[in-house]
Amino acid sequence: MKFLKFLFVGIFFGIVLIKSEAVSWYRIYEMFKFQSFHMYGIIGSAVVLGAISIWAIKKFRVKSIEGNEIDLPSKDKSFVRYILGGTIFGLGWALAGACPGPMYILLGTGVFSMLIVIAAATLGTFVYGLLRNKLPH
Amino acid sequence: MNSILQPWPWYVSGPLITLVMVFLIYFGKTFGMSSNLRTFCSIGGAGKYYDFFKFDWKAQRWNLTVVLGAIIGGFIAVTFLSDGSAIDLNPQTVLDLKEMGFENAGETLLPGEIYDWSNALSLKGLTLLIVAGFLVGFGTRYAGGCTSGHAITGLSNLQLPSLIAVIGFFVGGLIMTHFLLPLIF
Repeated sequence: MKFLKFLFVGIFFGIVLIKSEAVSWYRIYEMFKFQSFHMYGIIGSAVVLGAISIWAIKKFRVKSIEGNEIDLPSKDKSFVRYILGGTIFGLGWALAGACPGPMYILLGTGVFSMLIVIAAATLGTFVYGLLRNKLPH
Repeated sequence: MNSILQPWPWYVSGPLITLVMVFLIYFGKTFGMSSNLRTFCSIGGAGKYYDFFKFDWKAQRWNLTVVLGAIIGGFIAVTFLSDGSAIDLNPQTVLDLKEMGFENAGETLLPGEIYDWSNALSLKGLTLLIVAGFLVGFGTRYAGGCTSGHAITGLSNLQLPSLIAVIGFFVGGLIMTHFLLPLIF
């Protein structure tokens, strides 16, 4: 039962991302060509509303469903890893037309060749783990 | 019902994505889909060799459940909640894609030129999918998050590192779209 709520959030997430077309390779391409407001509208409105939500959660000290303090961890301070890692991610994002969430959602739509991308992404994460101590962070 | 079957405009979709994030925060978690890739490695036994994968992956079962839900959600949305209408792309985008050899842009979610089995299993196609996936998986862990973790959650939480990561996402995306894709196709 504990997991049921996560299953429902996942299902909701999948439906929203399909209906918003944010899982489409074409929408990602169009975004990077600056030829449509669509993706900017989605991300922009999600972030603006998200910032207000998180501000309110902190301000009113909203407790989690289990009654604990809600604590959103701060990201580590660094520049190199975010700009380099981010750029590498962006290259893959625009080529695959999908980031980690949409990969699973698209699998559910019956695009089974996405399994190749997911397997390669897992390999990429593994290789990062191997090289982690040698990379600038 | 009609408005459900048709594609949803950005001002409906964006706030609903915020809702996903808020639900997960309320459940005492955070929204970040790329952590699952690290969990897969850990499940596969990578923790025995590398400390980076040495963590109690069972504590991540909630996130794997979100993945399972996302797959089901994708199935439900295309099977029951879609009227098959094409993606309303900018005509210029469609034209640009045609020049690169992409036909029927927007009629499906993904281009058959990349994802249809006949192309995905060709030497070029397979290399492309593997390289794309590898870059996403490597980059997201190096940057400490993906679109959900940095662009949505991180920016909403006013994290400067996330802004830097998102700028990186765009630098990479622009290089791929404007310089590399035309060379590949």
